Amino acid sequence: MVLHITTPLTDSTIRRLKIGDRVLISGKIYTARDTVHKLLYDLIVRNKQLPVDLTGQVIYYAGPAPTKPGYTIGPIGPTTAGRCDRYTPALLELGLKGMLGKGSRSVEVIKAIRKNKAVYFAVTGGAAGLIAKSVRSVKTVAFPELGPEAINELDVRDFPAIVAIDSRGNDLYESGPREYRKTCKKEDL
Amino acid sequence: MRIIQAKTIAHMVAKLCRAANYSIGEDVLQALKKARRKETSPIGRELLDQIIKNHRIARSEKLPICQDCGYAVVFLDIGSETQIRGDIYDAINQGVREGYIQGYLRKSIIADPLKGGNTEDNTPAIIHIGIIPGTRLKITVAPKGGGSENMSGIKMLTPGEGIAGIKNFVIDQVIKAGANPCPPVIVGVGIGGNFEYAPYLAKKALLRRIGERHPDPFYARLEKELLRTINRSGIGPMGLGGRTTALDVFIEQYPRHLATLPVAVNLNCHVARHKTAVI
Repeated sequence: MVLHITTPLTDSTIRRLKIGDRVLISGKIYTARDTVHKLLYDLIVRNKQLPVDLTGQVIYYAGPAPTKPGYTIGPIGPTTAGRCDRYTPALLELGLKGMLGKGSRSVEVIKAIRKNKAVYFAVTGGAAGLIAKSVRSVKTVAFPELGPEAINELDVRDFPAIVAIDSRGNDLYESGPREYRKTCKKEDL
Repeated sequence: MRIIQAKTIAHMVAKLCRAANYSIGEDVLQALKKARRKETSPIGRELLDQIIKNHRIARSEKLPICQDCGYAVVFLDIGSETQIRGDIYDAINQGVREGYIQGYLRKSIIADPLKGGNTEDNTPAIIHIGIIPGTRLKITVAPKGGGSENMSGIKMLTPGEGIAGIKNFVIDQVIKAGANPCPPVIVGVGIGGNFEYAPYLAKKALLRRIGERHPDPFYARLEKELLRTINRSGIGPMGLGGRTTALDVFIEQYPRHLATLPVAVNLNCHVARHKTAVI
């Protein structure tokens, strides 16, 4: 079963989502990678206002390939979320509600997800062209001087993802392999 | 003596950069389809479906399979009876420049590792040149992404640690990597050589065809055993659980110094890209 959800994420949507749920996301999401995370973190620490209001919003850890003529955006799969772990609890405290990426998160991030009632979604790595087809439009909204690493607002429809860490702190990166480690027998591929 | 113009090499490198990024090898695609048939995790099946569908899109629309179009790793085998007119290294880099710019591929190379600055054309390539007998030129372009490269490693074992040490290191490396290298992975293992050669062996191992076993039955057995053990880990597609953690394991070995036993593991994600042309 696949759930259609929209952004900004409401508390009731977040509460409903459990690890392993397949979702199709529609609405606006914001790309932000390593450099931007550090800049945002520095602003937060100095009590400055952020260039984008992240309350209720969803960040996508992604840096796309160049856009070919006739396309809205280049192939845009996820990048490893863990590299932004150190900056994430501060963003969650400010009201960030969703993150799209790949790979497991740190203990501190999982705690912050639970405390602030947010969700982390896993996006398929190596399916970049397929994912790009869900992007209807792109707009640079902050840090344009960073070029491809700027914060871009993507208007998406039916962006595919899987709930990897839910608002209760359940972690599919932990429970998934554990379940299959038990049941895998000695078989060749 | 056969004369080859350097710009012939540039032209071929450009074509191979694009082809490698748009069109996955048939062996990898078949391995993914087989993994999809055998995968018991419903989420794993869904992820593999997306990966397989994306290959159709990339091939038919000439789009890169992954937004990380990788570091251009180029292997050039030059026939001993050929003479190249022009600078070979410039030609290879010119080919990468053209391929990545004209092919709408992402430029991911930083000029100075500490001072920064994107080179904006994905150069320089990492180039391995060898000499082969005859008059032909063999070029392989193998773009390598950063995520899987980050999960690779080398250990200088002592000879006493032996085959058990090798198995432990390889398996630990894959388990420790978890979801980060985008499983299902392909595992390249280099055993022997020295500190700089073992990783080269591991990288070369990644050029093998899925399902192709090492010609020496001793190493073929070890490859199969490592693959079986890794696939018992339960890590699965994208590390979310399942029975397909690795599509294959390849070992390349070389003589070692009597006091050392180097072992290197170069992980590749499932977007295992390499294209070869012979001129």
